Amino acid sequence: MCTTCGCGDPELVPVELHEKILAGNDRAARHNREHFLEAGVLALNLMGSPGAGKTAVLEATARAAAAKGWRLGAVSADLATDNDARRLEKAGIPSKAITTGQACHLDAELVHRSLHDVPWRDVDVFFIENVGNLVCPAIYDLGQAANVVVLSVTEGEDKPLKYPVMFKAADLVLLTKVDLVPHLDVDLARVHDAVACVMPRPRVIEVSPRTGAGMDAWVAWLAELRAAVAPAGRRPAAGHAHDHGPHGHGHAHDHGPHGHDHTHEHEHGDAHGHDHGPARKR
Amino acid sequence: MHEYSLVESLVSRVEQEARERGALAVHRLSVRVGELSGVDPELFRTAYETFRAGTICANAPLALTSVVATWSCPRCAKPIARGAVLRCRDCDVPARLDDGGDALTLDAIELEVP
Repeated sequence: MCTTCGCGDPELVPVELHEKILAGNDRAARHNREHFLEAGVLALNLMGSPGAGKTAVLEATARAAAAKGWRLGAVSADLATDNDARRLEKAGIPSKAITTGQACHLDAELVHRSLHDVPWRDVDVFFIENVGNLVCPAIYDLGQAANVVVLSVTEGEDKPLKYPVMFKAADLVLLTKVDLVPHLDVDLARVHDAVACVMPRPRVIEVSPRTGAGMDAWVAWLAELRAAVAPAGRRPAAGHAHDHGPHGHGHAHDHGPHGHDHTHEHEHGDAHGHDHGPARKR
Repeated sequence: MHEYSLVESLVSRVEQEARERGALAVHRLSVRVGELSGVDPELFRTAYETFRAGTICANAPLALTSVVATWSCPRCAKPIARGAVLRCRDCDVPARLDDGGDALTLDAIELEVP
């Protein structure tokens, strides 16, 4: 009621909120993240254009992970068809398709619901393969430990500049299909330069799932993150010696990509370790 | 076209606030859209105009404020030139996005209360 004169007329009240419009999604994402952390599962949100090679990366990762004794799991989102999930199953990754219909992205709630249908607790690394799209998925936190953006060499050197929101959200860019470079007019240095202009901590690994090039650098990156999520002794994987990755460090300080400002360098020490860009000068 | 799902979240948040305060109507919404929020302000507005019909926001104009994304050095605070590598050359540290550059925020609403 109007309190000035007591006339009984309705009153206009300004309410200051200053709330994120995605606050609801962020809450659901926090919930997912707690689940993943509590189970010691490294969850990754894999994003990229349609045809960038997200599924092919996972198929090749399955081969590399088998050597490590890691168990993988995945949910795979598409507007229609469960083709990707079937490809992943065939590659030995227990998977579930999330068919989003008209929705161009995954949100935390969709991921949460899909978790009821996959044995995600039993895996070491869980991939959330997002809808092929360089725009919308970037702004939805799903509860992942890190965002991986798959960019293929055929997409053009300036893609990071055209889709800065996506690349700013990335913790790692997997530059795929590098086996095609000899057939293309693409200058990889320009891709790395573009990434450095949109990603404050640029990290790029060049891979070819087809030839296997760079896959060991990618697996080393996964091992580094996994060590932070599933610290030594906490959750020994079944039937194999516990592997702490190529650095052989059993300590459990956080190597996670989020918010580490301390300076230290990780050498991956392998022939395919293409880790270019200013991140080297960290 | 995630603008529609964002507007849906926005309107349900406003409805919740209005219900809690026993409001009769909503007269105005203020939303801040950062350049790196992943949202196109015009698409967002179009989505709002379409979606608000029949909701408590039916007569509430949307005030959109666009925020330009700028980066600076977290150590020396020097701004990073637009389009440049996101790293302070002097301090050799990664740049930091200044406040609001990636925000998508419901800043305020104006409610009519009895």
